[in-house]
Amino acid sequence: MRLWFRKVGEAFLLGMIRASGAVSSLVVILIVVFLFKEGIGIVGETTVEEGFVLTVHRDNPVNDLTPIQVKDIFDQKITHWAEVGGKQDTIILLHLEDLASYYTEEQIGANLEGIPKCLQHFIDSVPQTLAFVPGNQLPHGYTGKIVHTPPVTAAGFLADREWFPTAQPSAQLGVMPLILGTLLVSLFAILFALPLGLATAIYMAEVADERIRRWLKPVIELLAGIPSVVYGFFGLVVVVPWVQELFGLPVGETALSGAIVLAIMALPTIITVSEDALRNTPRAMKEASLALGASHWQTIRRVTIPYSSSGITAGAILGIGRAIGETMAVLMVTGNAAVMPSGILEPVRTIPATIAAELGEAPFGGLHFKALFALGCILFILTLIINLLVESVSSKNKIRTR
Amino acid sequence: MKKVLFAGIAIALMAATQAPLRLVIKGSDTVLPLSQKEAESFMKANKGSAVTVVGGGSGVGISALMDGTTDIAMSSRKLKLDEKMKLQESGKNVKEVIIAYDALAVIVNPGNKIKQLTREQIENIFTGKYTNWKQVGGDDMQIIAYSRETSSGTYEFFKEHVMKKKNYSPKVLNMPATGAIIQSVGQTKGAIGYVGLAYLEKEVTALKVSYDGKTFTEPNMTNAKNKSYPVVRPLYYYYATKSESKVKPFVDYILSTEGQGIVEKVGYVPVK
Repeated sequence: MRLWFRKVGEAFLLGMIRASGAVSSLVVILIVVFLFKEGIGIVGETTVEEGFVLTVHRDNPVNDLTPIQVKDIFDQKITHWAEVGGKQDTIILLHLEDLASYYTEEQIGANLEGIPKCLQHFIDSVPQTLAFVPGNQLPHGYTGKIVHTPPVTAAGFLADREWFPTAQPSAQLGVMPLILGTLLVSLFAILFALPLGLATAIYMAEVADERIRRWLKPVIELLAGIPSVVYGFFGLVVVVPWVQELFGLPVGETALSGAIVLAIMALPTIITVSEDALRNTPRAMKEASLALGASHWQTIRRVTIPYSSSGITAGAILGIGRAIGETMAVLMVTGNAAVMPSGILEPVRTIPATIAAELGEAPFGGLHFKALFALGCILFILTLIINLLVESVSSKNKIRTR
Repeated sequence: MKKVLFAGIAIALMAATQAPLRLVIKGSDTVLPLSQKEAESFMKANKGSAVTVVGGGSGVGISALMDGTTDIAMSSRKLKLDEKMKLQESGKNVKEVIIAYDALAVIVNPGNKIKQLTREQIENIFTGKYTNWKQVGGDDMQIIAYSRETSSGTYEFFKEHVMKKKNYSPKVLNMPATGAIIQSVGQTKGAIGYVGLAYLEKEVTALKVSYDGKTFTEPNMTNAKNKSYPVVRPLYYYYATKSESKVKPFVDYILSTEGQGIVEKVGYVPVK
């Protein structure tokens, strides 16, 4: 009877374990599907604000405008139709609100019902107009011409160099500067953190005596628990002025400042995981090495590190993951200028910082929203590639040491 | 004895008919600290009432008002035309109340010898046309422009009001918080940025600003109150006309002398 109970209990526990495994894999898959479903929707969208159209007089020879041209026209960097393939006229811009200054309140109407009429009248009487108005405000039998902008393509999204998703009337969606910014900051962060973290891990596992280790380990683990906004503010107040002064820069919010803060944040992960791996080396192996006459350092280099290489790699991956995905601290210290990075001493903007800063105000399901999810997909793929790369390197290492 | 009993019944009846006020206020993060302070003291004065204040941004508040998930929408900007149209489509009439004003100060590093700028000059700095301080009469030094993040209402207001709707240069640095802008402008020599009047600190210099190119006005409470300082925006409450009787006590409280005192204490400019 007791045996039967134990069997049922065991079967139940195993079932629970299996179920939690299935549930967590399912959650991961669901999140990935959700991310990609929203993100891929960006392809084929038009960049002009939803529900709005760009319209001109029917005799205007211009049929299409690229997003960049639209932006430059509305920023008044392009002021003549000839610059975009039209006639020798200056461009006159019209927003819906502007109608209020051309027409009387009576003409517009108390419930705005006169707007379509005013719009038609304005386009007809001022043929060099470029109007940016809601599509449903165009009158029936509207005689003007709608100007088209090309839809977003995957290649354009990846290769364009301007990120301006809130630009009106046409959003600029080029993620190249953000991808490069993310890679630049993470690369340097890991270059700083990996040697330092590994050295600390070796010190703690092999060199430091028990008393120091007992004190040092919890302190380092505690570092991982500090909220990232605290690191960010520390970076802004301490690291940023320091970088600015050291290199004599006009501005201290740079990729370098971000990399330093991220390196500090990745340290606890790298140190704890690699230290655990190093300490898992069997005592017998180390003693055998020492008995053969190897010095302490030779033993560390030839026995302990190769034996624990997969654990060290895991620590490095987790550290890189932290660096690439970190949001708040980077948001505060890198300056977030979405320009192509030309060096480590320039302000940059990373993908996570962009998502964090902009998702809150992006209209649900809109162009900007989808663009941010597409950024999330890119981040996911970047992390995946790095993980696979490190994984394959470490599995090669293992074969060699055995 | 009878009288006491009668009075007791009357009080009980009054309490029963006057259900405790439950209000939800949602929207602009700029108005959020003010609404919170007002709600706190309102609830202290009116025991049993509950006023919940939630942030999220002006757009969030207004769309919540359309869905009916909030009683009052806080906004740091006027309703946009398309929002007005959407409200009209959903058959809701809304009322607008200006509860306070917020003045924006343009700030530079104290080491900068520039003490005043015109609106055009500020526009050209933030659109990236000017890149060196000597172009506006300062030292030969690179201009580093700081702005709030794109999601902030302050960003939008500055773009519409000061930059006449032109886009910011991509080189402008975006900071996630007002405190971060002050910190950065205070430690970067060529920096320029903008913050709400309430946040001004000694680490930075506030510029005198001119819209007509002749008279330069210093940003302070007096000039903001008498409207001689130009970079001032109203802060709004929007509510459905239908729920006017429900929100009235709270709105009246804010517009009262006591409520407007809180406005000034929080650092905004009172309506009266």
